[in-house]
Amino acid sequence: MATLSAPRIVSSRSEFSDSHTLTRYLATGGYVALHKALSMFPEAVAAEVDEASLLGRGGAGFPAGRKWSMLRKSPVSYLVVNGDESEPATFKDHYLVERDPHQLVEGVIIAAYALQVTQAFIFMRGEFALGLERVQQAVNDAYEHGALGRKIFGSNFSLDIVVHPGAGAYICGEETSLIEALEGKRGFPRIKPPFFPAVTGLYGEPTVVNNVETMSNLPWIINNGGAAFAALGGGRSTGTRLFALAGRVKNPGVYEVEMVKNTFRDLIFDPQLGGGTIGDKAVKAIIPGGVSAPWFGPDLLDLPLGQDEVAGEGSMLGSGSIVVMDEDTCVVRAAWRITKFFSRESCGQCTPCREGSGWIERAMYRIEHGGGRMEDIDLLLDLCDNIAPGLTWPPQQTTICVLGPSIPSSVHSAIKMFRDDFVAHIEHGGCPHD
Amino acid sequence: MSHFRIDIRQRAEELVALYPRPRSAMLPLLHLAQEQDGYLSDEGIAEVAELTGTTPADVRGTASFYDMFHLEPVGKYVVGVCTNIACLLAGGEEMLEHAQSTLGCSVGGTSSDGLFTLEETECLADCNIAPVVQVNHRYVRTTTPEAFDQLVEDLRGGRLDHDVPPHGTLIRVRRSSGLRAPRAEVAAERAEARAAREERTPKETK
Repeated sequence: MATLSAPRIVSSRSEFSDSHTLTRYLATGGYVALHKALSMFPEAVAAEVDEASLLGRGGAGFPAGRKWSMLRKSPVSYLVVNGDESEPATFKDHYLVERDPHQLVEGVIIAAYALQVTQAFIFMRGEFALGLERVQQAVNDAYEHGALGRKIFGSNFSLDIVVHPGAGAYICGEETSLIEALEGKRGFPRIKPPFFPAVTGLYGEPTVVNNVETMSNLPWIINNGGAAFAALGGGRSTGTRLFALAGRVKNPGVYEVEMVKNTFRDLIFDPQLGGGTIGDKAVKAIIPGGVSAPWFGPDLLDLPLGQDEVAGEGSMLGSGSIVVMDEDTCVVRAAWRITKFFSRESCGQCTPCREGSGWIERAMYRIEHGGGRMEDIDLLLDLCDNIAPGLTWPPQQTTICVLGPSIPSSVHSAIKMFRDDFVAHIEHGGCPHD
Repeated sequence: MSHFRIDIRQRAEELVALYPRPRSAMLPLLHLAQEQDGYLSDEGIAEVAELTGTTPADVRGTASFYDMFHLEPVGKYVVGVCTNIACLLAGGEEMLEHAQSTLGCSVGGTSSDGLFTLEETECLADCNIAPVVQVNHRYVRTTTPEAFDQLVEDLRGGRLDHDVPPHGTLIRVRRSSGLRAPRAEVAAERAEARAAREERTPKETK
């Protein structure tokens, strides 16, 4: 059974249909944390976040406090919020921007105060039309309320937030690509080093990029203290996290659960959470952290939902998305579709990614659709190894950004775990599931 | 002579003023150009180039990177059906096939009445109500063939005009406020705060 005693930190207003309005936000403790933060020194606010040891909720899981403190020697110019959620089957930021936009805005103001920046941007996926409208409305309301603009709540701190729509490109979730898009260019990831926008970011100036969920945790941390946050979870994975559960489960959805205290099995099977698989079928495989992550078999269902715990088994908790495939799922088709996605979304700068993704996609397509050859299986493994040498996780980097080395994850996992399924497709002359 | 209507032009100039550099307004301006014309026309592109201090080739080169920008005319309703992993497991491919037969066009095509353009999309981040269908980037949450046909009928009959504006209209909430202070004044305040902080924290020894 799942451990559900932890407080809801970012989804506390989910019961209210008007959770996106300023009225509801103020009636449920909204903007109290901002008042408190403004009465503290900025570095004391940053210290609370450091103490919370809040890991970034975007995918890489870098500690937010460290991201901020790395910059203290040179003043930060801009705060950019990454709301470009596009990792397939990840839909927690979508939930947050539509359902609790004020919580996000308050978090951004608190972070901006801690960093002493006066200009923040919320970069949001263009496909989130309603989310864009709700966050813009929240920004408008925050101005009216005195929580944004000149001398916030009578303090000496001023801030402007610009809500910036993306235009449909998965790669813009990569922070240097996002910055390029924010500069009005094609979303090409930048060559590293420098590894962090903290050094050279927007317009070449020091920039902090944080995820929507990371920002949404800040009001609670300021209200309750970093220590209270750090007391939840376990190990390096503190607090709660939003998990987006999708695939062959009875109740797919966004669930906030305490990290480490719960396992994949809890999330998928607890009646208050996923409720089990559709038709009570056996789990064939799960994707633990977005389609960039290597898959797990049912033997790892009892693994705790923690960053290091999942990393220890050679995958990642990544974007907090969990996809369940059951015994009837065609894993060849699933891996093919994921590769098709990467092939479509490769920005085209680096050869291994641009050419490799299309090559793998074509080989997977022909196996799934009846043109497969037995030697294709080893060809696929060889291609995967060329994009991410050694096929380890985290992967060896052959490209400017991590999109490239993420391509092999699903195909390599599928072949490693279900080679017989590939053989069956080739011998059968197509998909046995059709 | 501005190609943008007077209200669009005004919103465009407001957008440019929001950013430290005009080119940063590129994506929002392109959305605005699509709002007026339904797609990115040559005239719209030229005006975005003028507003951002770039060239039409620059603007076209940027726009062509992004899936949401259409360089050719599309229907009033752009219907997106997701077939990525979560939707695949929930019948996304079957939904896309059904959409093709209902609309009478293939993926990337436009229905003969010019009203609908059909697209196969990547994940739209609404995977708990799969397969996901969006119309003009609004979630319509139709997961069965019957519901899809009803949706098409409702769109044809104009019964969803409030929920689903014509293609190109993205953000209907207009920014109502701003910092409204000279940047220099804000910068001076920030420098003051920084100096105060340095006073509080002992200097690191190198």
